[in-house]
Amino acid sequence: MKIVKLSKTNVFQFVDHLKSFGEVHAPQRKGKKSSAFQPVKDNSKLLLSDENYTRTILPIKKYFHKPIDTLLKFSPGKGFEDAYEEEEAKVLFGVHSCDISAILTLDRVFAGKYVDTYYFRRRKQIAIIGMSCIPDEYCYCHSMGTDFVEDGFDLFLSDIGESYLVKVGTSLGDDMVSTASDLFIDYDEKDTDEYKRRINEFPTLFVTKVDETNLPAILDMEYKSEIWEEMGDRCFNCGICSMVCPTCFCFDVNDELCIDGESGERKRCWDSCLFKSHAMVAGGHNFREKRSDRFKHRFLHKHQEFMGEFGRTSCVGCGRCTQDCPADIHFVGMVKRIKGDIACVYEGNNKK
Amino acid sequence: MIKYEQKALLNNPYLPLSCRIVASTVQTDDTMLFKVRFEDDRDVEAFDHKPGQFVQLSVMGTGECPISIASSPTRHGTIDLCIRKAGRVTEAFHNLGQNAVFGMRGPYGNGYPVEVMEGNNLLIVAGGLGMAPLRSLLWYALDHRHRFKDIILMYGTKNQHDFLFKGELLSLINRNDIKTLLAVAEDIDGSWTGEVGLVTDLFDHAELDAGNTFAAICGPPVMYKYVIEKLLEKGFSKGRILMSLERKMKCGIGKCVHCSVGFKYTCIDGPIFTYWDAINMREII
Repeated sequence: MKIVKLSKTNVFQFVDHLKSFGEVHAPQRKGKKSSAFQPVKDNSKLLLSDENYTRTILPIKKYFHKPIDTLLKFSPGKGFEDAYEEEEAKVLFGVHSCDISAILTLDRVFAGKYVDTYYFRRRKQIAIIGMSCIPDEYCYCHSMGTDFVEDGFDLFLSDIGESYLVKVGTSLGDDMVSTASDLFIDYDEKDTDEYKRRINEFPTLFVTKVDETNLPAILDMEYKSEIWEEMGDRCFNCGICSMVCPTCFCFDVNDELCIDGESGERKRCWDSCLFKSHAMVAGGHNFREKRSDRFKHRFLHKHQEFMGEFGRTSCVGCGRCTQDCPADIHFVGMVKRIKGDIACVYEGNNKK
Repeated sequence: MIKYEQKALLNNPYLPLSCRIVASTVQTDDTMLFKVRFEDDRDVEAFDHKPGQFVQLSVMGTGECPISIASSPTRHGTIDLCIRKAGRVTEAFHNLGQNAVFGMRGPYGNGYPVEVMEGNNLLIVAGGLGMAPLRSLLWYALDHRHRFKDIILMYGTKNQHDFLFKGELLSLINRNDIKTLLAVAEDIDGSWTGEVGLVTDLFDHAELDAGNTFAAICGPPVMYKYVIEKLLEKGFSKGRILMSLERKMKCGIGKCVHCSVGFKYTCIDGPIFTYWDAINMREII
């Protein structure tokens, strides 16, 4: 892998250079503490890793699998037509490895026997530039094996103090670097040592750790556990964990009519398996009638069923669900409790 | 990045093809049998399904819903869809009228494993609307009669008014290459000449060779329980009991997750599951 060095003093210049490859989107403040991927207008507003931005409100799935996406347009004269309009190229700058891992998971979901063309059309239009980060109390990507990625980025910037080591992952990434070669220099032995020191130190920075070994089998054995009823009582079924989850991808499809009453658009929007209507069929029968059924379904889909389908849990340890849950459900505490760690019940793990 | 570009260029799997209603016949108060055909002859030619598969039907402005194919692939050209008014889309479809244009995409799902079933006896057990997907299998077997040994059909409904494909199924009684057993749970006006009872009662009239028979069953959830009990009692192996499941298939192509059961999607891994699959999947019936 080609690796070069970018001095931190050159970062803004490099961001400007990236604008020739597409509209640059990067994490910027949204509220007091929150941040979001937004188009970059003013480089000084960028949140870089040393300013300790941990996670954006929404993961980058919003660019590929949009919250609301117009799939088709229809009219009696023309029938159904593909409504996709080619978008401008974009460059996502400052994506953390958990979110990159999540996109690699979604790649597998949206491929398969039937390929979701909407997702992949955007996938080819959007470049990803990763950036290393420092975990906070919600992060547990190290436990999920997503704290480093070897794939899924065009460039990846790893902080080594005064500069970044830049891994070049694709030919497009190489173009980005080689067309601005005066911004980059070669790294030396000292840089390698510093990189290794940080890699070795990294696992020790985590407060939240969890071991998911054997979880699928244990979930099977605990299928009738009373914990699901308890969680069903506590969970509001608001679905926020699904919305902010980088690997939740459920969607609902609806037709919207124009004022003429004939033509219109077919749209899909993010959905959550926690919503009551999720498994309801025509005639009103609901295959997951109870809140506890739906809570269990979501948990099992993440931590058990994905194992069967893709050989790994779909959780990437970004910590968004726990941070945002209005019912104070601690999802790591939940895993620990299922695994029999009584000291780690979710109440004991409440957030600040 | 090349793989994304290739994938982006593929055909859009969500795009329905234009279809027309060729004919429709009333089956019950709320159920009609529609004969439909793709507008474009190339689509007619390209459409190839297996018994037990389904299509996603589109009514502009109302939406999509999954409907099982009620005709056999041996009858090429048109497709039969037996549709009960049960929700928004089916209601709108009933109101479309003759010659109306609508959208359709598919076929989806695994369908019955006919290549494995051939060479065996075939037992078809249907309840109520469950006859619709099984009608495809029934005519597939009858049109390839030499590929199957004995064929037995058991069909039961609530009463004679709920009986689907009445003329067609009654006429099978006269055929000697299939044993046709029909029942209604309640004979409401004394006009029923056949068995009055539950579909499980029909097992008393048939001799089954469990080791050489595949049983295909479809009906309301409660029926599965009793029919499966009966089949296990008769010595059927769990892998020879084939069930067709209903779920809310929104996309039909394994993406939207509405039809998930355990780690399977009913739309691509099903809708046909063996009873062995079923007991290893949570919340299946």
